[in-house]
Amino acid sequence: MSKQLLLGDEAIAQAALDAGLSGVYAYPGTPSTEITEYIQLAPITKERNVHNRWCTNEKTAMEAALGMSFVGKRALVCMKHVGMNVAADCFINSAITGANGGLIVIAADDPSMHSSQNEQDSRFYGDFSLIPMYEPSNQQEAYDMVYNGFEFSEKIGEPILLRIVTRLAHSRSGVERKAQKEQNQISFGNDPKQFVLLPGIARKRYKMLLEHQADFVKASEESPYNQYIDGPNKKLGIVACGIGYNYLMENYPEGCEYPVLKIGQYPLPKKQLSQLIESCDEILVLEDGQPFVEKQLKGYLGIGFKIKGRMDGTLSYDGELNPDSVALALGKENRSEFTVPNIIEMRPPALCEGCGHRDMYTTLTQVLNEEYPTHKVFSDIGCYTLGANAPFNAINSCVDMGASITMAKGAADGGLHPSVAVIGDSTFTHSGMTGLLDCVNANSNMTIVISDNETTAMTGGQDSAGTGKIEAICTGLGVNPEHIRIVTPLKKNYDEMKKIIREEIEYNGLSVIIPRRECIQTLSRKKRNK
Amino acid sequence: MKKDIILSGVGGQGILSIATVIGKAALKEGLYMKQAEVHGMSQRGGDVQSNLRISDQPIASDLIPSGKCDLIISLEPMEGLRYLPYLGKEGWLVTNETPFINIPNYPEQDKLMNEINKLPHKIVLDVDKVAKEVGSIRVANIVLLGATTPFLGIAYEKIQYSIREIFQRKGDEIVELNLKALAAGKEIAEKLM
Repeated sequence: MSKQLLLGDEAIAQAALDAGLSGVYAYPGTPSTEITEYIQLAPITKERNVHNRWCTNEKTAMEAALGMSFVGKRALVCMKHVGMNVAADCFINSAITGANGGLIVIAADDPSMHSSQNEQDSRFYGDFSLIPMYEPSNQQEAYDMVYNGFEFSEKIGEPILLRIVTRLAHSRSGVERKAQKEQNQISFGNDPKQFVLLPGIARKRYKMLLEHQADFVKASEESPYNQYIDGPNKKLGIVACGIGYNYLMENYPEGCEYPVLKIGQYPLPKKQLSQLIESCDEILVLEDGQPFVEKQLKGYLGIGFKIKGRMDGTLSYDGELNPDSVALALGKENRSEFTVPNIIEMRPPALCEGCGHRDMYTTLTQVLNEEYPTHKVFSDIGCYTLGANAPFNAINSCVDMGASITMAKGAADGGLHPSVAVIGDSTFTHSGMTGLLDCVNANSNMTIVISDNETTAMTGGQDSAGTGKIEAICTGLGVNPEHIRIVTPLKKNYDEMKKIIREEIEYNGLSVIIPRRECIQTLSRKKRNK
Repeated sequence: MKKDIILSGVGGQGILSIATVIGKAALKEGLYMKQAEVHGMSQRGGDVQSNLRISDQPIASDLIPSGKCDLIISLEPMEGLRYLPYLGKEGWLVTNETPFINIPNYPEQDKLMNEINKLPHKIVLDVDKVAKEVGSIRVANIVLLGATTPFLGIAYEKIQYSIREIFQRKGDEIVELNLKALAAGKEIAEKLM
């Protein structure tokens, strides 16, 4: 079969479809979004009725995928690294229940925080939950790992975590496909109590999982994704994980002089690691993200073998790897011929011209800055986080999905007035609704702005779970309908918008203001496609 | 054959459309390719870049090392200069001369041109103007692509093929317009080289 040019994300999606996928479950999040989008657009998805609708959040996604695995079918769950925190409850417990149909969880990490609020390394989740993990170094490996991973998951009866990073997710390269497999039929496991995690059952399941650890190490030792490549110079041995291997080889186009252990499957292969440590004077660990392998090799006290990496300063502790930083770690240097002229200025991203969030922030900041100098605005994750930048300088927080509402509640509980939350429609349904119920029950004196652009805009305009339902959700949760105010964020409505903001701040209780106007990006896309 | 290319511009200008044309042509030549793209937050009017690596040998890294880039293709003059640490000694900067000003502290244009003129190998052209002369502002990116064809290491016919493949579903007229834009860019570059 000829090679196809695919993003890392697309290679994962294609592999899952080729392996007989029955459902993908995901909430959009950079850099994982394109996996689900690719599956949604693939013709076979429709032919085979592969489930592909976006989920409300990563937890509902993980749980639905576990349900599909329960009935013996193959399921894929995709999320960005911080989504793992949302899905963690189910994810960790899925290692205890085990999987029936093949279950692969994709965690797309974002070292250097290109589009994220932290650079947590999802491999710690794999270690924490005690399940095997894959980490591809290129698009073809990503394809192969997913294609073969479903079978491995079914063989060991556990979900598999596949960890990628931005540079793999969003880089395109040639990928060769394998034969298309059929979907699984409905089937159930032998143990009817397997998924019932009452303590008595969970203890048994946990012991089984612990007993399997040795098998998982053996699988890693025999894995084609873990390769020991010998080299003549034993002064240094290199452990290169995932795309760390690419940056190493970029610096040795003719082959590396040192022995290299290329890692693509975890838990770490003990046999090959021991071999490397026995034959080399010291070890350098190249891994993108946090020092996961380095920490394990070093141990807490760091005595014994000499391990170099991010923790001893050979490489920076933070930020993604690149060919230059890896060169320096190897005692080489890629020299620049030219420098950036000092007249070059930063060009941060900004809200689009004509975006409804702009009108929302313009009116909100005018009222708050001029009339309520003691105000604070708690915001959230989405395009509207850009309200932190000039000219708005409008927000005082952005922490995690849904935190705007609950942080504003805590601040109001503490006596702040006005305490204002700004959240988008998709983030609201992702993780804001439960917080709103807390506010209703406490009748918190605060104003919540749900800036509704009827899409999940920041990740490229995916469907938003609450479109057309936002007021009903608020009313259903118990917000007084008189204090649910809907406005159209347009210049001509500025006076009305400011009046409503003023009234609801003055109201001693809970208010929700919903400025609603479709995202101009999705609107213009619709017009183009007409 | 090995070409390391950085494409740069402002989110929304469409640098990836240029990458798509080059990528298709490289595949037609049977070359290896890696293309690191920018998605997500940075697309909203911020600076964007893409690393495009083409070679007849397998490529290791998705990212180009400092000082090894053969060609910077920029839809915006300030954005091209941002990636100069990656440009090799013999590398070329091919850039649009029209600034995209969406920040209050955008540098003065003559200072910007001054910096570009310091480079030993550069092509500066007003792609919007040329595109209008050819027939439509919408082919501006293809004009810029045309100006890079002397440095791409890929046969001009392969780029033409790639344009035909990509635009054929939009009709012959659009294909011809894009081919004309490509030729216009090429002609300007050859005069300035």
